[in-house]
Amino acid sequence: MAEKTLTLALMDAPYESAASTTALRIIDAALAKGITVNVFAYEGAVCLTQKEQAPHANPVKGTTVEQEEHPTTKDLVAGIMRPGLTWVNCGLCVDERGAGNWIEGVKRGGPPDFFKMAVESSTTLVIPTR
Amino acid sequence: MTQSQYVFIESRDPFESTDTGFVADTAVTLRARGRAVAVFLLQNGVLATRTGAHGSQVSRLVAAGVPVLADDFSLRERGIEASELRDGVQEASIGTLVDLMLRPNTKAVWH
Repeated sequence: MAEKTLTLALMDAPYESAASTTALRIIDAALAKGITVNVFAYEGAVCLTQKEQAPHANPVKGTTVEQEEHPTTKDLVAGIMRPGLTWVNCGLCVDERGAGNWIEGVKRGGPPDFFKMAVESSTTLVIPTR
Repeated sequence: MTQSQYVFIESRDPFESTDTGFVADTAVTLRARGRAVAVFLLQNGVLATRTGAHGSQVSRLVAAGVPVLADDFSLRERGIEASELRDGVQEASIGTLVDLMLRPNTKAVWH
């Protein structure tokens, strides 16, 4: 049977939309099924993997960093990063945002990479911003 | 020519976004033309599954023979119980959505 490949294009910046969480759930579920997954992070989505992200305390509730257990998207992505997943950040979007320091496993690319991924994939899903 | 299959992923609810009707229109039309089509509701899209939800497109989809699935995670997040679901709605995992999208010749459309 031919290998199945799923490509996703993500656009939402971290902490903006439930769609980011949904995308990570789709990616994780597909990888668990042995499906090869490509992610093309575009626009604000290139910040999902930004290494400088840090959890924070919540002064309103009076909780510490440890108590708050604030999840960061870079840790969520790192948690699903494994063989079978290719994650490409759009270089132009990265440069615009000064967001070039990423977690392990992320590559720099551009729209031609997304085109190639889409053409070679079984299915492509674009998750746009609103 | 091989016919395409379609899966529409509805993330919006009909109260916030009246354009959810366009997804239902397209799905129903494709079904009427004999195409394999399914609608997968997730995030706030699952709010339309409740029996008492006004403006929901779900009953129209079910009546047209379009399978309607609702993400179990999104349902739990919003405290929606199985007993509250409209007839014809199937609770499903995100893995089911992956299976739907990876069927041969399938086009996946996010809304």
